Amino acid sequence: MKQLLTGNEAIARGAWEAGVCFASAYPGTPSTEITEAIAGYGEVNAEWAPNEKVALEVGIGAALGGVRTLVCMKHVGLNVAADPFCTLSYTGISAGLVLICADDPAMHSSQNEQDNRYYARLAKVPMLEPSTSQEAKDFVKLAFEMSEKFDTPVMVRVTTRISHSRGIVELKPRKSLARKVFKPDPKKYVMVPSNARMRHRVVVERQKNIAEYGEKSPINAIEPGKGDIGVVSAGVAYQYAREVFPQAHFLKIGLSNPLPKEMVRKFAKGKKKIYVVEELEPFMEEQIAAMGIAVEGKSRLPEIDELNPDVVRDGFVKKRKPHKADVVEGLPNRPPNLCPGCPHRGLFSAIKPLKLVIFGDIGCYTLSVLPPLSTHDSCVCMGASIGMSHGYSKVGGNTTQKSVGVLGDSTFMHSGLTGVMEMAYNKGSNTVIILDNRTTAMTGGQNHPGTARTLKGEDTVSLNLEEVCRALGVKRVFRVNPFEVKATREVVKREVSIEEPSVVISTAPCPLIFKVKSAPLAVDADKCKECGACLKINCPALTKRGEKAFIVDYLCNGCGVCGQICPFDAIGVPASK
Amino acid sequence: MKTASTEKKAAGKATSKEPIDILIVGVGGQGIILASRIISQALVYAGYDVKQSEVHGMAQRGGAVSSHIRAGEKVYSPLIPYDSARYMLSFESLEALRYMSYIYAGSTVLLNDQKIDPPSVASGQQQYPPDVIERIKKKAKDVRVIPAADVAFELGNERVVNVILTGALAGNLPVSRKIWMKTLSELVPAKLMEINTKAFERGMQFSNR
Ligand SMILES: Cc1ncc(C[n+]2csc(CCOP(=O)(O)OP(=O)(O)O)c2C)c(N)n1
Repeated sequence: MKQLLTGNEAIARGAWEAGVCFASAYPGTPSTEITEAIAGYGEVNAEWAPNEKVALEVGIGAALGGVRTLVCMKHVGLNVAADPFCTLSYTGISAGLVLICADDPAMHSSQNEQDNRYYARLAKVPMLEPSTSQEAKDFVKLAFEMSEKFDTPVMVRVTTRISHSRGIVELKPRKSLARKVFKPDPKKYVMVPSNARMRHRVVVERQKNIAEYGEKSPINAIEPGKGDIGVVSAGVAYQYAREVFPQAHFLKIGLSNPLPKEMVRKFAKGKKKIYVVEELEPFMEEQIAAMGIAVEGKSRLPEIDELNPDVVRDGFVKKRKPHKADVVEGLPNRPPNLCPGCPHRGLFSAIKPLKLVIFGDIGCYTLSVLPPLSTHDSCVCMGASIGMSHGYSKVGGNTTQKSVGVLGDSTFMHSGLTGVMEMAYNKGSNTVIILDNRTTAMTGGQNHPGTARTLKGEDTVSLNLEEVCRALGVKRVFRVNPFEVKATREVVKREVSIEEPSVVISTAPCPLIFKVKSAPLAVDADKCKECGACLKINCPALTKRGEKAFIVDYLCNGCGVCGQICPFDAIGVPASK
Repeated sequence: MKTASTEKKAAGKATSKEPIDILIVGVGGQGIILASRIISQALVYAGYDVKQSEVHGMAQRGGAVSSHIRAGEKVYSPLIPYDSARYMLSFESLEALRYMSYIYAGSTVLLNDQKIDPPSVASGQQQYPPDVIERIKKKAKDVRVIPAADVAFELGNERVVNVILTGALAGNLPVSRKIWMKTLSELVPAKLMEINTKAFERGMQFSNR
């Protein structure tokens, strides 16, 4: 049977067909839907872990426990999981373990566009790069075979355009596998230096064997064409290159670490030019150039942003001349925004007049950086807000401009605990605000250890934020309702002025995920003095009609924040309703 | 293991299919993803190789959204090259202007006349472009305006705008009515099938095939 599947759905299907029994992940665009899809298969025990490091560690345990295991994350997630990843390479696995890493060239939904193919080289782990949904499924199955054949974790690297594109996929039945019983083997699994030294040798030998395998396997293929140009490509870039060079000779790389160097040499022989078409960094290009083969790649293609057929054509064939109607000068932008009724708008409206330095974090709330709300001074990586605000206050930053660290509940679970521990232990005096909207909203509303629900929808324990913060050593812990703007402002104002560490938990459910909605509000045009204060909170429902503020009633969520901001009491529930 | 060459052979058996590139654009929350799924799936049933691509990372937060659908005998890139979208379906008026590079003189542009003010327009800093149609016509002559919101209002359900627009595009495509109905019934909830069928058919009246 054939189905139209996204790359992410195809990966989940491939894992299921390969007999996977366990999956662990932390959400992150563009990888999130893999885990959501695999959780839909009854045979697979799938879990959200609090962060990627834990997800991978749980995955290692499951693989040693004897079942094929899938671990998924976005590119920056592997930074968090890099520690277990690099040593897992040494221990190897028992049952197959495949790590899906989803890069985000062009940063559609990310804070950087690092090229994670280098992680495969760093950890000496084989890496497969599918270029279609069908390949995403096939490669995941092959990855499990390779994982067990070579006793190694295998990384499957996809990008946004693979994860979120649909293509036709042929479905196959599931392979049923018995659980392997764990055989203790300290020399293999206990990485003290004496054992690790031995294992590193094994890893180097393993990479040689995998390279040899890659020379013969159809995973890498020379596709003969016409002319004297040869194109080397992998992943979605291969599809763009195919479109631009319909006739050329291709070396299609599926196993890109280790590179099939003999194949590359054979392919290059007799060709006038070798083009390497790859997204982001010159990962293959530099290795091929180091073999003494003349290649052209990044001299013609950018190292930033994602590729598409036009970028490849511009670089290698002929630069396109834009039509004069192509670009419309001054076209209003349409950036993503906090939803109507978002509790983050209440919190930021409350603290904006305090003129604090806001060390922000990663989540929907980062969208508040957009003008006119403009309430973020930093965003680096998940959890950074707490450490950064502590560091800033430690060196006296607060004496010139007071600061606060702001992060979401899921981000707090991910990597906020150690930050709070740090500020209590090292006698900090900063204030941290946890935006507790009861979900991981940015990535589509996933459960986390504070939501009392598992990925499979079962009831479970819920982490109590107040108790945890107190247990970590913070005495001043308060809960506020962000829709009570003034009260929230007073609490934050007080806490930033006190020379003691504090945590303010701002609790209100995400209206998008929990479908919260009250009656829409309206502006009383007679009372509106056209001051524009309400427009500064950047609510999609608030606009101007003439000079007066106006609420688009079908967009309004009725949260009431604008009404509390209005100095003239002009906003409320319309009398007729 | 399937390589590109074996995939090509398999696709080669189908009867010759002219490539069709369709770009759907609009604003997060307008139902572009469902529309894309209906169109892609129907083209698969009609025997095409199909790829469809969208970025939906922050789609629900009111940002600009675009979806590429490519059908043909064998499709490589999931993204449509510039100057080659046979159809552009714009769910919101000015959004069409963001993607002008993708259309060419022979493109058909189906334009929902609905306007959703971007933040800078809502706050009065910028003006909503008054000349959307004229600007599109500088590149592609065939622009058809579809009053999808009015039609939805007539049908008594404002949420079927996306299916009306899907119907308006559908009428142009070489896909049988039977296939459209089968696809619709698979992708919309059973209890909404009646209203969506009506919406789809009203939409189809806007295409001139
Ligand atoms: C290491 C890492 N993993 C995952 C992500 C993807 N991501 C961005 S924000 C976010 C969580 C947001 O949840 P929360 O902090 O609760 O804020 P909300 O969006 O609900 O406001 C995630 C998972 C990331 N940016 N970095």
